[in-house]
Amino acid sequence: MGQKKNTSELYVKNLRVAIAEKEIVHGIDLTIKQGELHVVMGPNGSGKSTLTSALMGHPAYTVTADRISLGSKNLLELAPHARAQAGLLLAFQNPLAVPGVTVSSFLHTAYKELHPQKNSTALDFRKQLLVHAVTLKLEATYLRRSLNDGFSGGEKKKLEMLQLLVLEPKFVILDEIDTGLDVDALRLVSEGVKSLQKAGCGILLITHYQRILNYLQPDFVHILTHGQIIRQGGMELVKLIEEKGYAAVCPNF
Amino acid sequence: MQQFARTFNFMNHNPQPSIQNKKDPGFSGLNPYQFGFKKPENYVFKSKKGLDKSTVEEISFHKSEPMWMREFRLKAYQIFVNKTMPMWGGDLSGIDFSNIFYYIKPTAQKANSWADLPPEIMDTYDRIGIPEAEKKYLAGVSAQYESEVVYKSIKESLQKQGVVFLDMDSGLREYPELVKEYFGTIIPAADNKFAALNSAVWSGGSFIYVPKGVKVELPLQAYFRINAANMGQFERTLIIADEDSYVHYVEGCTAPIYSTDSLHSAVVEIIVKKGARVRYTTIQNWSTNVYNLVTKRMRVSEEGVGEWVDGNLGSKLTMKYPSVYLVGRKARGEILSIAYAGKGQHQDAGGKAIHLASETSSKITSKSISKGGGRTSYRGLLHVIPSAKNVKSKVVCDALLLDRESRSDTYPTMRIQSQDVQIEHEATVSKIGDEQLFYLQSRGLTKELAEAMIVNGFIEPIARELPLEYAVEMNRLIQLQMEGSVG
Repeated sequence: MGQKKNTSELYVKNLRVAIAEKEIVHGIDLTIKQGELHVVMGPNGSGKSTLTSALMGHPAYTVTADRISLGSKNLLELAPHARAQAGLLLAFQNPLAVPGVTVSSFLHTAYKELHPQKNSTALDFRKQLLVHAVTLKLEATYLRRSLNDGFSGGEKKKLEMLQLLVLEPKFVILDEIDTGLDVDALRLVSEGVKSLQKAGCGILLITHYQRILNYLQPDFVHILTHGQIIRQGGMELVKLIEEKGYAAVCPNF
Repeated sequence: MQQFARTFNFMNHNPQPSIQNKKDPGFSGLNPYQFGFKKPENYVFKSKKGLDKSTVEEISFHKSEPMWMREFRLKAYQIFVNKTMPMWGGDLSGIDFSNIFYYIKPTAQKANSWADLPPEIMDTYDRIGIPEAEKKYLAGVSAQYESEVVYKSIKESLQKQGVVFLDMDSGLREYPELVKEYFGTIIPAADNKFAALNSAVWSGGSFIYVPKGVKVELPLQAYFRINAANMGQFERTLIIADEDSYVHYVEGCTAPIYSTDSLHSAVVEIIVKKGARVRYTTIQNWSTNVYNLVTKRMRVSEEGVGEWVDGNLGSKLTMKYPSVYLVGRKARGEILSIAYAGKGQHQDAGGKAIHLASETSSKITSKSISKGGGRTSYRGLLHVIPSAKNVKSKVVCDALLLDRESRSDTYPTMRIQSQDVQIEHEATVSKIGDEQLFYLQSRGLTKELAEAMIVNGFIEPIARELPLEYAVEMNRLIQLQMEGSVG
C-alpha cells in the first residue's frame, strides 16, 4: 500500500509498540475511512489497549511506525492534545476522575481547545451538551458533578460517549466502551456509535465480546492476538468467535 | 508627576523607590529601578536600620501614643530580645534583624513610579487584568484605591450602623479605651518571638468594631479603607465583633504584593462575642524574597462562629497557623487554608483549634500544592481540655505534588484530654498521575492546561468559599505561577 493523503482517512502503517523495551504490538496496518466502523477483537493480553493508547500518543509507550496519519496530518510526532486537535479522540476503558472540575466546564474547555474557530459561548455549548445528555439518558445534574468522580462504571462509559458526541471528532477509538454496561445502557451507547458514524466519523471499536455487535453493523472486523492482526473479515468472524471461541480464528490460541 | 494628597503607608515603612507614572512619558528619564534601598526625599522620619530600645521609643514618640502603648511596646521589645528563634517550622536563618528598617513615617504627599517596579510584577498585573487604579494601589504607587464613590456610600452606611473601620493607628487615637481593653489580650507579646517583635514595632493594620446585633452585609475590604495606613511590614489588626453581630473582613489580594521588605510579621487578634460571627479572608502573594511570619487568633464565645480563610501563594517562607480558641459553649470554629509553594518556596501553614468549652466544634481544611521543588507543610494543633464535653472536630489535609522534586509534610498534633469527643482526621497526599494527565490531554488540553485544571479542581472546595472575584483571580494566579512566569 502506498502513502495516502486522503483527508478522510486514519492511516496506520507498520505500527510497533514497546513498553519498557518489550515489544507488545508487532507491526499493525489499518486504514479507516470516515463513516466506517472497524472492530478489533481479541482475547485478553492480545495488545488491544496498548494499540489504542499508542494511537493516542500515551507517553509511556515507545512507538515506531512507517506512518500514522489523519488526513494529511502526521500524528506520529504529535503530543496527545495535538492528536485530539487533529480530530482523533479516544474513549477510555477506565476513565479517570478529576475532583472539583465539573463535567460541563471541562467539556467546554476541551471544546474550545478542539474548535477554537467556533467561538463557542458557555450558553450555546450547554444547550448542545444537554441535547446529547438527553439522548444518553444522562440527567442534567451529572453535568454539574465532578468529572467521573464517584460515577458508577456504567455512568463513566456513558459520559465517555457523551464527550465523543459533543466534541465533534473526525475519528474515534472506543476502548471496550461496552464493558460494565447493562442492556439498556449498551443500547444507548450503541445508538451513540451509530450517530457518530452518521456524522461521518470513522470508528475503531475495540471489544472483547460480540455483545455490542448485535446492535451495530461493522464494515471490517480485525482479529488481534499476540500483538498482530491475524485475520480480517466481516461479521462472519464475529459469529465464528461467538460459536467456537478465539481458537477457531487463531490457530495458536 | 502625579501627586497623591493622602497619607498612605502601604509597604512604605521602608524606603520606597521614587515614583513616576508609567502613563506619563515626561518622566521616562527618571531613575530606573534599583533593587536596593534608596531614600526618597519626602519622608519626614525614618528609623535607623536595626532595632534597639531607642528605636521603639522613637516609633511611639512619632505616633504620639499614650503612655500605656509606649510601655507595651518597650515590654514587648524586651521579650523579643530574650526569646530565642523558633527551632521548628521553616529555615529562619536568612533573617537579619539588624538589616531592617522598622519604621518610616510617610509624608502627607508622596509619589511613586511605575518604572521602578520589577517588570514581572507589572506583567502579572496585566495578565491578571487588574484595573489601572488598583494596580497603583497594589504596587504602592497610589496613595489609595480610587473608588471613592463606592467607598463613600459604604462608609456612610457603616457609620449609621455604628461600625468602626479604621487603620490601627487611628483606632488607637480615636478609641483609646476600646483598644486598651482588648489590644494584646488575644495574642500577648510573649506568645512568640515574632508576636513580640510586632508588639514592639507595629504600625498600620485595621481596627474594626461591630456593635451588638449589627450585621455588616458587604465584606469589609482593606482597600476601601481610604486615607489610612494599610498592610505593611508589621501591621496589627484588631477586630471586635460584639454580641450577635456579623462581619466578613477581606484582607490582601491575589495580585503579587511587591515589597522590598524581607520580613513581614503581622498580628491579627479577633474577639467574637456571644452569638457573633466573624469571617476573615486573606489571600497573600508576597514577592519571593519575603519571610511571612504571622500570628492570627480568634477568641470565640458562646454560640459564636469564627472562620479563617487563609491563602498563601507567595513569600520565601510562610509560617502561619490561624487559630480559634473556642471558649464558650457551642462555639464553632472553621479554618480553610490553601498553600502553593513553587521553586525556592516553603509554605509552613495550617491551623489550630483549641476547645476550652463543651459542645464546641471545629473544622480545619488544608489544601497544599507543591511544584518545582517547592515545599509545603501542614502544621496543626487540635486541643480539647478535660472539662470540655461533647466536642466535635474534623481535620482534613490534602497535599498535591506536581513533580518529584517537590515535597509535602504533615505535622498534626492532637492533644485530646476529654473522653467525650468525636474526632475525624483525614490526610491525603496525591500526585498528578500520568494517566490523569493523559486522559485530559486526550481531550485536546495541553499538558499545562490539564495540570492547571487538576489543581483548580483540587482547591475548588476552598475557592468556592471566597468572594467570586478573589476565587477567579486566585485560579488565574496559580495558573500563572505554574507556568513559571511569576516569582
